[in-house]
Amino acid sequence: MTKASMTRWLALGLALAFAAPSAQAQQAPIKLGELNSYARWAAFTVPYRSGWQMALDEINAKGGVLGRKLEIVSRDDGATTGDATRVADELVNREGVSLLFGSFQSNVGVAMADYANQKKILYIAAEPLTDAITMAQGNRYTFRIRPSNFMQVGMLVDQAKASGAKRWAIVAPNYEYGQSAAEVFKRLIKERVPGAEIVAEQYPALGKIEAGATVSALEQAKPDGIFNVLFGPDLTQFVREGNTRGLFEDATVLSLLTGEPEWLLPLKDEVPEGWTVTGYPWDEIKEPKHKAFVDAYRAKFNETPRLGSLLGYMVVYMIRDAIELAGSVETEAMIKALEDTKFDTVIGPVTMRGIDNQATMGAWVGKLVLKGANGGMTDWSYMDGTPFMPTEAEVKAVRKD
Amino acid sequence: MDLSFLAIQALNGLSSASSLFITACGLTLVFGVTRIVNFAHGSLYMIGAYTAATLVPRLLELHFGPVTFWAGILASAIIVGLIGVLIEVLLLRRIYGAPELFQLLATFGVVLVVQDLAILVFGPEDILGPRAPGLRAPVEILGRRFPSYELVLIAAGPIVLGLVWLLLRKTRFGVLVRAATQDREMIAALGVNQALLFTGTLFLGAFLAGLGGALQIPRVSAHAGMDLSIIAEAFVVTVVGGMGSVPGAFLAALIIGQLQAFGILIFPKSTLVVVFLLMAVVLAIRPYGFFGRPEAVGGTHAVGIASSKRSPYAGLIALAVIGTGLSLPLIGDAYMLKVATEILIFALFAFSLQLLIGVSGVVSFGHAAFFGLGAYGAALSLKWFALPMEAALPAGLLLAAAGALLIGGFVVRLSGIYLAMMTLAAAQIIYAVAFQWVDVTGGDNGIVGVWPSAWASGQVPFYLFTLALVTIAVLLLMRIINAPFGYALRAARDSEARAEAIGLTIRRHRWLAFTISGAAAGLAGGLYAFSRGSVDPSLLGIPTSVDALTMLLIGGIQTVTGPLVGAGFLHVLRDQIMPLTSLWRLLLGLIIIAIVLVFPRGLVGTVRGWGEERS
Amino acid sequence: MTLLSVQGLSKSFGGVAAARDVSFLLERGELLAIIGPNGAGKSTVFNMVGGQLRPDHGAVLLDGQNITAASPQKRFRLGVGRTFQVAQTFLSMSVVENVQMALVSCNGESSALWAPARTRHREEALALLEQVGMADVADRPCSALAYGDVKRVELAIALAGQPKLLLMDEPTAGMAARERADLMDLTARIADAKSIGVLFTEHDMDVVFGHAERVIVLVRGRIIAAGSPEEIRQNEEVRRAYLGDEHALEKPKGLSPA
Ligand SMILES: Nc1ncnc2c1ncn2[C@@H]1O[C@H](COP(=O)(O)OP(=O)(O)OP(=O)(O)O)[C@@H](O)[C@H]1O
Ligand SMILES: [Mg+2]
Repeated sequence: MTKASMTRWLALGLALAFAAPSAQAQQAPIKLGELNSYARWAAFTVPYRSGWQMALDEINAKGGVLGRKLEIVSRDDGATTGDATRVADELVNREGVSLLFGSFQSNVGVAMADYANQKKILYIAAEPLTDAITMAQGNRYTFRIRPSNFMQVGMLVDQAKASGAKRWAIVAPNYEYGQSAAEVFKRLIKERVPGAEIVAEQYPALGKIEAGATVSALEQAKPDGIFNVLFGPDLTQFVREGNTRGLFEDATVLSLLTGEPEWLLPLKDEVPEGWTVTGYPWDEIKEPKHKAFVDAYRAKFNETPRLGSLLGYMVVYMIRDAIELAGSVETEAMIKALEDTKFDTVIGPVTMRGIDNQATMGAWVGKLVLKGANGGMTDWSYMDGTPFMPTEAEVKAVRKD
Repeated sequence: MDLSFLAIQALNGLSSASSLFITACGLTLVFGVTRIVNFAHGSLYMIGAYTAATLVPRLLELHFGPVTFWAGILASAIIVGLIGVLIEVLLLRRIYGAPELFQLLATFGVVLVVQDLAILVFGPEDILGPRAPGLRAPVEILGRRFPSYELVLIAAGPIVLGLVWLLLRKTRFGVLVRAATQDREMIAALGVNQALLFTGTLFLGAFLAGLGGALQIPRVSAHAGMDLSIIAEAFVVTVVGGMGSVPGAFLAALIIGQLQAFGILIFPKSTLVVVFLLMAVVLAIRPYGFFGRPEAVGGTHAVGIASSKRSPYAGLIALAVIGTGLSLPLIGDAYMLKVATEILIFALFAFSLQLLIGVSGVVSFGHAAFFGLGAYGAALSLKWFALPMEAALPAGLLLAAAGALLIGGFVVRLSGIYLAMMTLAAAQIIYAVAFQWVDVTGGDNGIVGVWPSAWASGQVPFYLFTLALVTIAVLLLMRIINAPFGYALRAARDSEARAEAIGLTIRRHRWLAFTISGAAAGLAGGLYAFSRGSVDPSLLGIPTSVDALTMLLIGGIQTVTGPLVGAGFLHVLRDQIMPLTSLWRLLLGLIIIAIVLVFPRGLVGTVRGWGEERS
Repeated sequence: MTLLSVQGLSKSFGGVAAARDVSFLLERGELLAIIGPNGAGKSTVFNMVGGQLRPDHGAVLLDGQNITAASPQKRFRLGVGRTFQVAQTFLSMSVVENVQMALVSCNGESSALWAPARTRHREEALALLEQVGMADVADRPCSALAYGDVKRVELAIALAGQPKLLLMDEPTAGMAARERADLMDLTARIADAKSIGVLFTEHDMDVVFGHAERVIVLVRGRIIAAGSPEEIRQNEEVRRAYLGDEHALEKPKGLSPA
């Protein structure tokens, strides 16, 4: 049994053991429904679970919210839209949770947003990055914490201006997230880099890349700039094949999320140095609050944090704050409490913008380097999300509500 | 597109052909001797990759030089070979005589078990193995860089072919393997130690699967899910080459490798479709592949629905069931209704399959195709033509029926294992279309926002609506099963020769049955889409087909009500157990295996058996 | 007109010539036996006449109509009924349903989707079973019958199509001697009454010489003799073909063991 599920069983056992005596003393806990792709995307979601578990423990140790403890009922969303909505149904109807949060893949996120809208339940998308969740498919029940594709790509494109690269190739997984990122990139690079053109596009199926063929197809177009959206095993294979065939040698590479430890560590010493990426240089962030989080996390799990850990931790705290502000777990009250509220988080203040329910959380942007046996980021800086968000007019133009 | 690019592309094709051949060769050898199509072959490949990706880095740390890399690959393959032996001794040995449906399902049970075990043993994360020492640098070919490891892979295919050829020609074991492939009875007559021969073959087959997987580690990370993708391709190779034929597998792998390498240039988004289309075309022209021989269809009629005395209580029981169904909204909460709705949908899905398997003896391994077509038909007509649910459901049903009509035309010309493979291929083609035709189907994203019309959007009305449709559909199907048409299907299943001799046009009947069954599955699929609010390609995947088969199997293939009970049982079990454990697939796999081995008649069949014994 | 005319049929499987230039005629109401040692090609000839096998050369004419390439289904409609060497029945059905199935097909109802099969043509089917002496087990599952009884059911099924030509490949295998004679008597009566031509093969020479009006002897795919039972029994070549089994052609001395 994996360590993680072991802790789940243990937690279950402990919960059962302590449930009886404390129930008399206290009100029933507030149930939060959580769903994520724990089997399919363990690299990200398992640290994410540790993150929310830690926040949950901390919050409950201090007495919970509104005098009630928090309880998180967590499920695997199967990484498919159908399974996710089914699990959501179970959480809402059988477990009676007050809100839903989680999910990893963007297509699942979109399905969840649609579900939330249909069933009028609050859904907080933690990881899914596609713009659709807060734009075209956005609705008043759906909120997102992480910076969207539009925001992160915007940060990267700004970095690309200086490189002078004009002939751009795109490689992205062929599903909602990759498609959305590629679309944003095409738009922004043309807007912000005069003379830029797209010379090749490759969209391998998620998790099914034929790395050799993909690399030779890109090579064929002789790009001087490459925009990469691949992550996970696809990325690892792509990097290895690209290194071998010299694809990256004379090209500027922009890459989404590659600086996040969950995707960087599997590359080991084969990190493609010099890529401009968004990521999470957790060990170099010196703000005391963040450092305290890292120390506590390492002490608790004997493991270094991933971006997922940070996110899981932040989400639960933001939910707590929202509930406190709302004074209840009524959906309408919580929506009101979330909208345009400034949350104090371990990475500083984050506001949940009301017009599109997108938080202003930013990202760390820098270059990849090899540090010892593993990759890391250098020349990085944290970019707040606010200046990169779509304008009010853009939001109004696409949102249907 | 210059010459050097084409050359590189051809080399890419050769290297994937090599890898594919090594794996498929094991599959075809095992089939030749044991006549079992081993679904778990892909799992063995996966274990090979995981083992090597875990083992080789440890070995390399010992600093014995490049040879340790290859020693590690070989050791991994041997370990997998031993696992193959274990599977033979524990499972396959007990099902050599079983109907092929049971064999397929049992080995698929192993697939499920291995999926969870692999995650338990190797962890949930993908593991990219180390690169081969000495082969990190690329070679220059016509001014382009080409990974030198790929050249090694290209050589590996013919080397394995040569070694297998030597083994088959020059050793006593090889002679026996060939003899068994030619004529099974002969081996029995020769008084050869069959158990040893079969175990040995499984070792060889598993070894090759493990080798195929282990050789991949520098280029592909070992990950959960590689089992099903390789097995689908390996099936294509063996079927196209002719089941049991090693040279056939080699030829087929070469063709498929090149087809993929160049197909990506011509149809960049239909690589998956191309491969399965090749298989469909080959089977349509040469029903037994390049070098395959007709299989004597054996024993299938042993399973299936038989005439039985109508229980005097049948009507009462049916009324009681429907009555309970109708009163469920009074006692159940919203979630219970949701579960009940899905049970009804799956019951119809499984029941539609019963018309094919239990009644017609047509072992379809791709029934998800029609379930998915129904779901997609409904979702697409909602998305593109803004049809309301009342029109979208019939549209889905029609799409599924049309798909079944088309596919059935090919399928009914085949029999036995080739038929099962053809249905599997057809389902995979449709899966690939749904997956890769992103503009229309949304690809991996699927289609969201497939919600019922306002009047049916509450849990209670939608449940009652589903109950009504499913009840009508099931009663209609039962009527058909008891009508001359259903009897004619059973007649053709029991004895083709006799059925022909009394003038039954078997193919036409089976074709119609296929279409009806597809339509019913399509209705189930459409309802499912509206129940979940979305569709995605997994509805068309192999696991969905296996779900339906499992429900049939749990309920019992010999009984009319079996699939209904099976659907209820499996779904409730899944609903109760899945939230508690991450080992659901392991459990499901064990259930399937247990049923094949211990209760081949399923729940209803077993209970009825007790009843008959007592009376 | 001649009911069945078989002209120069040949068939080989790989290297084995199972039938070579086989020709014969069969009239209505006539009982014609094909005999020959194991592997002589008898079943091969039956299968070419019944439509299960396509001949390499030669033609099969039924009532003057060339049916060489016709499917078994077509031949059934033209009036060919048959039993198989290894009995072929629908084991998942009851005895009477087996016969009903043939009647359903005969009446072109096999694609009917509505009214239940088990009520269709039941009386007629029972009558046919009565004829072959199987009426009392009509509702038993076919799979529960003794092999000899299955053969009888097969005959009833074959008769259900109201054939003018009946092919019987070893119809009495698995029966006791008494029953064999009875079944062939019955067949002869029906053939006579309905003027059905019967082509049959048997290893039991009592049955052959007791019932056949003419006998054809097939050895290694070739007809070596044809004629009345008496002529065949006297034929030297036939005696040689059955060498080592000299008594096979002797006149019966009482009942031979089954
Ligand atoms: N489908 C087949 N494939 C290959 N050889 C065949 C096939 N059918 C028959 N044969 C061969 O043809 C020859 C004639 O066989 P057939 O069954 O016609 O003989 P038979 O006279 O009916 O014998 P028996 O008395 O044993 O029934 C035999 O040598 C047999 O092995
Ligand atoms: Mg014979």
